[in-house]
Amino acid sequence: MTEKENSKAYWKENIRYVLILLFIWFAVSFGAGIIFKESLNAIRIGGFKLGFWFAQQGSMYVFVVLIFVYVRLMNKLDKKYGYDV
Amino acid sequence: MVMMYSLLAEGIGVQNWTYILVGITFTIYIGIAIWSRAGSTKEFYVAGGGVSPLANGMATAADWMSAASFISMAGIISFKGYDGAVYLMGWTGGYVLLALLLAPYLRKFGKFTVPDFIGDRYYSNTARLVGVICALIVSFTYVAGQMRGVGLVFSRFLEVDINTGVIIGMIIVLFYAVLGGMKGITYTQVAQYCVLIFAFMVPAIFISIQMTGNPIPQLGFGSTLADGSGTYLLDKLDGLSTDLGFEEYTEGSKSILDVFAITLALMVGTAGLPHVIVRFFTVKRVKDARKSAGIALLLIVILYTTAPAVSVFARTNMIETVSNQSYASVPEWFKKWETTGLIVFNDKNGDGLIQYVADTNKNELVVDNDIMVLANPEIAQLPDWVIALVAAGALAAALSTAAGLLLVISASVSHDLIKKMINPKISEKGELIAARLSAVVAVCVAGYFGINPPGFVAATVALAFGLAAASFFPAIILGIFYKKMNKEGAIAGMVVGTLAMLFYMTKFKFGWFGGGTKADWWFGVSPEGFGTIAMVLNFVVSVVILKFTPEPPQEVQDIVENIRIPSGAGEATH
Repeated sequence: MTEKENSKAYWKENIRYVLILLFIWFAVSFGAGIIFKESLNAIRIGGFKLGFWFAQQGSMYVFVVLIFVYVRLMNKLDKKYGYDV
Repeated sequence: MVMMYSLLAEGIGVQNWTYILVGITFTIYIGIAIWSRAGSTKEFYVAGGGVSPLANGMATAADWMSAASFISMAGIISFKGYDGAVYLMGWTGGYVLLALLLAPYLRKFGKFTVPDFIGDRYYSNTARLVGVICALIVSFTYVAGQMRGVGLVFSRFLEVDINTGVIIGMIIVLFYAVLGGMKGITYTQVAQYCVLIFAFMVPAIFISIQMTGNPIPQLGFGSTLADGSGTYLLDKLDGLSTDLGFEEYTEGSKSILDVFAITLALMVGTAGLPHVIVRFFTVKRVKDARKSAGIALLLIVILYTTAPAVSVFARTNMIETVSNQSYASVPEWFKKWETTGLIVFNDKNGDGLIQYVADTNKNELVVDNDIMVLANPEIAQLPDWVIALVAAGALAAALSTAAGLLLVISASVSHDLIKKMINPKISEKGELIAARLSAVVAVCVAGYFGINPPGFVAATVALAFGLAAASFFPAIILGIFYKKMNKEGAIAGMVVGTLAMLFYMTKFKFGWFGGGTKADWWFGVSPEGFGTIAMVLNFVVSVVILKFTPEPPQEVQDIVENIRIPSGAGEATH
């Protein structure tokens, strides 16, 4: 693979990761916490209605996890394509 | 010895505890500033570029969490219930965008400021100037609120005049921002994060145990009450709220579309704020930029997931303590905060009882948002030192954010305006002097606004986020992910986005351009949420103009290819 093809392939995989993670980012906050909040509120975990919990707690925990997953994925990707310097 | 003994026996008192804790923390900040003063422009702008991801994460968290996060947010949520989630998700979700879409590439680009990126990527000093203007507007609107916060905390806890408080705050910030630059504020922010998170968590944990028996506030507010009744705290609060005529706490009153728009505007605004972005220029490698975004968000989320719990505790406590109680027998804190004007009681029906209800014609009690955090320890009857700790924490939050913003202002002036546009031949030493002088001027301007706050402070914070969303975010995203994006498109997008935001904000907040009420909002979107629409407008204008104007030169397209690859991130350069 030439250097150019190498960097193209790297970028393509990176974009795929980003799109998947941003889909989850959108689903927990705008999806579960806002758009589908009413229907999720029918489900309860302890004292929390689920939609309310996603809006005020759950989505924030997921955000943190998403970034650390991205860090791990990208560290691996950097190694795979020889950009790990 | 005898005196000390008697002090301990009688209790030192809130006032003295506050002096002691504030004194100790201020000494630490100044000590760090002297130890880490900046010797070069590189140290002044980006702390030399060798900050570890953990230290940068802590500094970013302190930089980010302002007086508003620490003092006001929990209170706002406690009055808004579910709708308060816009701040929680909005001010954290932006970090996902930062980590995935911005931080690694901007670090690879290796510049000192955000206008620097805009100017170089769009090969145009016009673009740079538009960037500088946006950075200055955003940072000044934001910093005025911080200085005001410092003044308020001083006046409430140490009973000095608000203006004296602002001046004390100015001197402290002046000292370590001017002396230490980015290097100085990075390490003071690390200390300030520790102070503010401790100060926020201790009362929250105490109150959570008191009310629910659970020491973890995040779980406590979803637990049953400690009184053995088996009722869930949130159910009780929903019941109390509806009894008084308010919406159920866990429901909201805003439309779904507006909640959506505000949340997105705050997220994108967060990712576009120059004082947050610039923190990622201080780490060594691209992978460190990603990691420190994760650490920063983790440290922020500790406070942000606790805040809604504090809101629920404080609101329940407040309703139970004052609603339908006789005014003659209210606790001491009520009277004390009444004198500051943050609690106002007006016995409309003259029955001597406090009626706190949703109906504004019958309601007799007005409580300021800020009380919920500032007076919460007193309402819950916690020890004096905990109350004093809240003061030290609020000061740490306000000072750390103010310092970060001042640095953006000074770098925009000395680096982007003077070095890059007015006098490119300026020496390293001359630029450093210019940077320090502009920091001094910026502190004085911020102090002036702190002492004479413009009447629209609350509106301007929303404006700062809206502007960041409408100006920087699309220009940076397109600059990285759309190789063919040219200067004409980017400049037109930034100008149109910024003007649209200013127009909507001034129309509905200040009544310019014929004014308007809630009924006139476009698509039912509030001025706070309009940043989302202005951002979309920016993207659309950029892409449309691009179609009619020439492609960017090949070397610029090569630069874009290069920043997408993480290796070989040199140190930040001019």
